[in-house]
Amino acid sequence: MKAVVVVFPGTNRERDMAIALERATGRKPVMLFHRETALPAGTDLVVLPGGFSYGDYLRCGAMAAQSPIMREVAGFAAKGGHVLGVCNGFQILCEAGLLPGALLRNASLRFLSMDCHMRVERAGTPYTAHWQQGAVFRAPMAHGDGNFFCDDETHARLVAENLVAFRYCTPEGTLTDAANRNGARDNIAGIVSPNLRVCGLMPHPEDLVDPLMGGTDGLPMFTSLVDSLAAA
Amino acid sequence: MSLPAPLDPARARKLSAEFGLKGDEYDRVLAILGRTPSLTELGIFSVMWSEHCSYKSSRVWLRTLPTKAPWVIHGPGENAGVIAIGDGLAAIFKMESHNHPSFIEPYQGAATGVGGILRDVFTMGARPIANLNALRFGSPDAPRMKRIIDGVVRGIGGYGNCVGVPTVGGEVNFHPAYNGNPLVNAMTVGIAPADRIFLSAAAGIGNPVVYVGSKTGRDGIHGATMASAEFSADAEEKRPTVQIGDPFVEKLLIEACLELMATDMIVAIQDMGAAGLTSSSVEMAGKGGVGIELALDNVPQREIGMTAYEMMLSESQERMLMILKPGREAEAEAIFRKWELDFAVIGHLTDTGRIVIRHKGAIEADIPLAPLESEAPLYRRPTAETPRQPVLDATTIADPVGITAALQTLVGSLDLCSRRWIWDQYDSTVGGQTVQRPGGADAAVVKLEGLKRGLAMTTDCTPRYCLADPEEGGKQAVAEAWRNLTAVGARPLAITDNMNFGNPEKPEIMGQFAAAVRGMAAACTALDFPVVSGNVSLYNETNGAAILPTPAIGGVGVLEDAAQAVGLALEPGLDLVVIGDTRGWLGQSLWLREIAGREEGAPPPVDLAAERRNGDFVRAQILGGTVAACHDVADGGLLVAVAEMAMGGGVGATLEAPAGMPAHAFWFGEDQGRYVLAVADAGPILAAAAAAGVSAARLGRSGGGDLVLGAGSSISVATLRVAHESTLPALMEAVG
Repeated sequence: MKAVVVVFPGTNRERDMAIALERATGRKPVMLFHRETALPAGTDLVVLPGGFSYGDYLRCGAMAAQSPIMREVAGFAAKGGHVLGVCNGFQILCEAGLLPGALLRNASLRFLSMDCHMRVERAGTPYTAHWQQGAVFRAPMAHGDGNFFCDDETHARLVAENLVAFRYCTPEGTLTDAANRNGARDNIAGIVSPNLRVCGLMPHPEDLVDPLMGGTDGLPMFTSLVDSLAAA
Repeated sequence: MSLPAPLDPARARKLSAEFGLKGDEYDRVLAILGRTPSLTELGIFSVMWSEHCSYKSSRVWLRTLPTKAPWVIHGPGENAGVIAIGDGLAAIFKMESHNHPSFIEPYQGAATGVGGILRDVFTMGARPIANLNALRFGSPDAPRMKRIIDGVVRGIGGYGNCVGVPTVGGEVNFHPAYNGNPLVNAMTVGIAPADRIFLSAAAGIGNPVVYVGSKTGRDGIHGATMASAEFSADAEEKRPTVQIGDPFVEKLLIEACLELMATDMIVAIQDMGAAGLTSSSVEMAGKGGVGIELALDNVPQREIGMTAYEMMLSESQERMLMILKPGREAEAEAIFRKWELDFAVIGHLTDTGRIVIRHKGAIEADIPLAPLESEAPLYRRPTAETPRQPVLDATTIADPVGITAALQTLVGSLDLCSRRWIWDQYDSTVGGQTVQRPGGADAAVVKLEGLKRGLAMTTDCTPRYCLADPEEGGKQAVAEAWRNLTAVGARPLAITDNMNFGNPEKPEIMGQFAAAVRGMAAACTALDFPVVSGNVSLYNETNGAAILPTPAIGGVGVLEDAAQAVGLALEPGLDLVVIGDTRGWLGQSLWLREIAGREEGAPPPVDLAAERRNGDFVRAQILGGTVAACHDVADGGLLVAVAEMAMGGGVGATLEAPAGMPAHAFWFGEDQGRYVLAVADAGPILAAAAAAGVSAARLGRSGGGDLVLGAGSSISVATLRVAHESTLPALMEAVG
């Protein structure tokens, strides 16, 4: 699997992502600066990592969505390419129109840095193949604007088409308000595109891929991608 | 060559006083120049000779601190301390205060404190891998205090989270003595190849002086002078002296500087911190023994119509000054343009030994550099010793509430309650190398990317001990940092110190300072734990009332294998062993303050020989793999330490009742040099301790959901957790 990690000015979790990808694939991903106007030949997966692109000034992800490389990423996705956006990357995907909805300020109006639990709502995607439907896993979250919002129509479509990939839950897998720390609509932590190739989520599975850092709960996302893309 | 336009002599003398220069200090300025200074020159002298930049009251004492060890690469005097940590790498670290700005404007004051200390570290070639902090707040009921707490925490998070450096540890105290002067001390630890350290001494006559980063604005003018004075009722009016931070630009600056540092283009580099362009240019040229000429028309400016005085005194953030090798300007500029940062050649080095400032066709300053440094004021101010306090006899102090009730109160008290509300606002995992996050262990542990090796780090000080006995308090602060590093299994290597005190012109305050340094020096020597960097913040007084003396210590240690680090969370089915002597020392304990309502007595003494012996034993046990969890015994004493381990793991313990002293003295006394270990079997550890001459005793065994203290006395860990976790959220809820 040839993975490309895009670096915008202010991106800060690109090295975490590179470590997780290398752990799953055995090879270092390509780090691509946002000013580039082409993806490397043979790219299988584009990752937009976390951080504060352009300082989160204006709106989170709004300026990065206009970067030169994003036109290429959009074209790649339109041709059925796999694109993963985590945290700020999810915000950029929404701002670029590659995923629906928006990430609002956390309901508490505070930055939230803590482990959260998520339930896998849609197994069998390239991103979730190594989890059972309904499996619960843990990952750190670290964001000020992770409160997923969409209008009623979009929400109805996400649910009807089964495009909600992850929901915030208790460690036992129950969807509660208390487990939904940032106030996301319908506890939504992550979603996928209708072709299941574009995925965005707020928490950081890439930061929980090593027992030394507290566990390997996040690793199945990356091993899923390796298997799915090898088979593709 | 024309001379700068001098001020009117009478006006110059009056202004010099407003800028914080004493009369005899101003006389020296006249003697050095042989004429009346221009406004820009007066500004340069006043900030360079401010307490903040010159250390004029503290230097004679700081010189007495031990600064050397075989692993020390650069001690005090550079932008940060540098130590060898193995694998060809160096750790670069420092702690610095931003107290005065954080009181005036909490968010920006704290944020720019983080930004400033990050620059001190990456300017030496390091990638920052962790931030810590040491905070002191007043009583939450004091005017504005909750807003200050909220603003400081948001500011630290706002900056650190955005630049993507994990905030992994810290400490917080509350005391009314900080009502008018909260303390914000920020620490950064970075990593660089040991043979690629960048220094600040300028060299190479004719070499270009290059300015990079943000544009210069009118923010923070005379910030260093503000930070060298007491506050009175007009503190709010000083808000324009506080700088505004832009962590996004800082992140770009880190990446651009590290990219440039991977080449061979840089001769010298320094960040523009306090006193901005003035201190960076004066210090770089002064250290290199060269002259420097600046053309301020070339300085990137945020506002129109800025004067030379304003540009030289501005403390606009996220700026660096570099000396480049000649002819490499275009190559270097391309890197900064890539990161969308300003880059400007603003001058060159000369052989005149003078700093010459040109602006709009005129010379605005022309000062010989050598006397600016050598003639800088240096004071050995009068000192008065703190009177000794009596040693309290624990048998004469009655227990008014009982052990479990006291424990419940203590774990929920301000100085012991959970700091989760704070650290939940700091990104502690970015970078993917955080092995021990906040609250999980006595020190934070961060692995080095791609290696097994890890660094442990901590910040420590117990100001109430320092007030009662500054020498013992100074000793204890260093010992506790050493102990916290030891308690995760790390080998302690070196410290940075952040000396926060009141007005040094008062003999009792200067006496506190001198005594604290004496105690610190003794501990550093005994523990092979030298000081490699530091910062002094004096004049922490409002309306004549001083803070508690607070020599905050930031310690760094190394683990050959980060996987060997242990945390403090208890698991069931383990023996609990206490290392070190328990004598029931209640003087200055939190039990005495929170339960008996008394702040008095001599603080617990630190026996440095026992400290070393006990710590070396504990570390050997941890690295030998026999210890499941370890926690040092600090504020609150033995039972609080066990309770913290129990709450960490959600597991109770049955403890054996003490004999030979009152129970409350045994459980809550704050004797130093102690650790609680959780081990599968106490037997071998006790035998090994006896063989090593280390005092050790079995305390009990973990299991169940309660802390059981003999017949009829127990409390559930769940109850303790509620008390422990609810204090700060309840307090800060009203702030929103």
